[in-house]
Amino acid sequence: MQGAFMANRKSASGRNPRNPEQVAGNGLLHRRLFLTRGAAALGAGSLGLLTAARAQELSPWMRIPGAPMTGHGSRARYEDHIQRLTTSAPGTDGSGGSRTPLEALEGMITPSGLHFERHHSGVPDIDPDAHRLLIHGLVDRALFFDMDMLSRYPMVSRIQFIECSGNSRLTGLAPEPVSGTCGELHGLVSCSEWTGVPLSILLDEAGLDPSAHWILAEGADAAAMTRSVPLAKAMDDALLAIYQNGERLRPENGYPVRLFLPGYEGNMSVKWLRRIKVTAAPMMTREETSKYTDLLPDGRSLMFTFPMDVKSVITSPSPGLELAGPGLYQISGMAWSGLGRVARVEVSADGGASWAEAALSAPVLDKAVTRFRMAWRWNGAPAVIMSRAVDETGAVQPTRDAIIAAKGVNFAYHYNGIQAWRVDANGQVANIHV
Amino acid sequence: MMRSLPIILCAGLCSGAFAQESPNLGVPADPEEVAAWDIDIGPDGAGLPPGAGTALEGEAVYAIQCLTCHGPEGNGQLNDVLVGGHGSLTNPAPVKTIGSFWPYATTIFDYIRRSMPYLTPRTLSDDEIYALTAYLLYLNGIIAEDEAMDAQTLPAVVMPNRDNFILAYP
Ligand code: HEC
Repeated sequence: MQGAFMANRKSASGRNPRNPEQVAGNGLLHRRLFLTRGAAALGAGSLGLLTAARAQELSPWMRIPGAPMTGHGSRARYEDHIQRLTTSAPGTDGSGGSRTPLEALEGMITPSGLHFERHHSGVPDIDPDAHRLLIHGLVDRALFFDMDMLSRYPMVSRIQFIECSGNSRLTGLAPEPVSGTCGELHGLVSCSEWTGVPLSILLDEAGLDPSAHWILAEGADAAAMTRSVPLAKAMDDALLAIYQNGERLRPENGYPVRLFLPGYEGNMSVKWLRRIKVTAAPMMTREETSKYTDLLPDGRSLMFTFPMDVKSVITSPSPGLELAGPGLYQISGMAWSGLGRVARVEVSADGGASWAEAALSAPVLDKAVTRFRMAWRWNGAPAVIMSRAVDETGAVQPTRDAIIAAKGVNFAYHYNGIQAWRVDANGQVANIHV
Repeated sequence: MMRSLPIILCAGLCSGAFAQESPNLGVPADPEEVAAWDIDIGPDGAGLPPGAGTALEGEAVYAIQCLTCHGPEGNGQLNDVLVGGHGSLTNPAPVKTIGSFWPYATTIFDYIRRSMPYLTPRTLSDDEIYALTAYLLYLNGIIAEDEAMDAQTLPAVVMPNRDNFILAYP
């Protein structure tokens, strides 16, 4: 982990002839630094490493031909330690989830093998040739589809995030900050390119009854998990996703077909989709009553809180990624909103006293993760870094205090508070509440 | 001419058949097939099958099928707690159970039938599920021990937390 920062080390000496303008307190530098002047600034820093490499013996991998071509690739063996963190209910291994190691990743796309998981009865081993999707209920004609049929429908591709609405509550709603990596604390969010058939096409084919207002989606897992979804969403942008990042869905992401509801809490995007029942009213399943309702301080609960609100988190530096010493660093993080595009992300290096706008890495897409970056010259003194996202609807990511003042600490879902990391004088990074 | 354009567009976009280019490959499902697939119970009781059961009967089924994971009397020793927590929803550590939290009794039947017992779902008879539902309602102090649950009585059960949900949608 440390390696990512090593290259910047030398620039700490202040010998860099350029002096990029400071845009906010405690060393935040203009975001153009990495885009325009970045090469010069970093170049100076990498000299030490380059010299070392030159002096080295010829590397073994240059003396003999490498490994042969393969039918299916895998990552470098040096990366095998990058794993999802899995947890399951006592006595089970399939009732729980796994978290994406956000701190180990860059860019906007989550590798499919590291996409977070949330299952209620494990990952079913579905034979795609035996899989059927039934659409019935308040329709003119109940219809069966198999995977061959679905593959012949017009498809669309979209890069969009999915987030479990229980994400981040582990630390956000705890009285004391919980120690953990960024992924352990916030890793129930991932972003992929999803390709599939717009659900509206199939519902049109079945013919909607005028009394239809909801659908119930059911999975083919051993929990036969169900969620009610507003028909308006189903007809708007719901997808029957068949491909993820160009390949067929991974089993743990719903193979061979899943519902995908852009911007809505992840639980509603029912995996292993086998049945859609068109209904007049929500069915009040366990997942939308016992779970995924937000308990307020007065004892009442919000029901059907579907969209995931605007949110961001700094993935680097973050706990476990220590800073090697004073000098120039890149703050990198991810921002997303279930309401639309990320409009801007602001970063603070002085605990929120001052903020500067981070550079957003193109493309900035609707309901997708957006990568943001910011140049930071760390002076070696303890610092608190944090990010705050604003989306195109004007929604601003709130502070933890503001959320708790409004909703208490028991609502359990849709926590989107600002995350602060404390960097100590040794360069160690820890989770703190501000 | 100018004015007719939006109307033509709407005819193309808004009338079902032309809304999208569909190869229309769906195969009609007959009512028996649909009935075999459809196990949903609505909050009004729609979909509840024939059959009945009481708490007394449910206690026996629970001891064999559920106790190892949910503990004596649903106390949650190992997995989810199924009983109690009444009046705890405003506490610092609320206990959300069937009795303290669930708004609809029909959801108990629907959920047990589709998902439980965890390792062997879809193996219980409808009578057993009615009996287990009655047992869990009884343990939560919502119905009497000898009250039979069936397609008529179950949807009529008023859950204690029923009126404490605020709809954020629509
Ligand atoms: C092998 C362990 C196991 C057995 C046996 C078992 N359950 Fe469960 N039960 C679980 C687990 C695990 C969950 C949580 C599932 C999830 O959400 O992923 C659960 C959840 C539940 C819930 C939902 C609780 C809530 O508040 O949302 C109910 C109700 C339930 N079980 C009833 C039963 C009944 C009735 C039986 C007996 C017929 C039973 N269970 C047998 C493990 C078990």
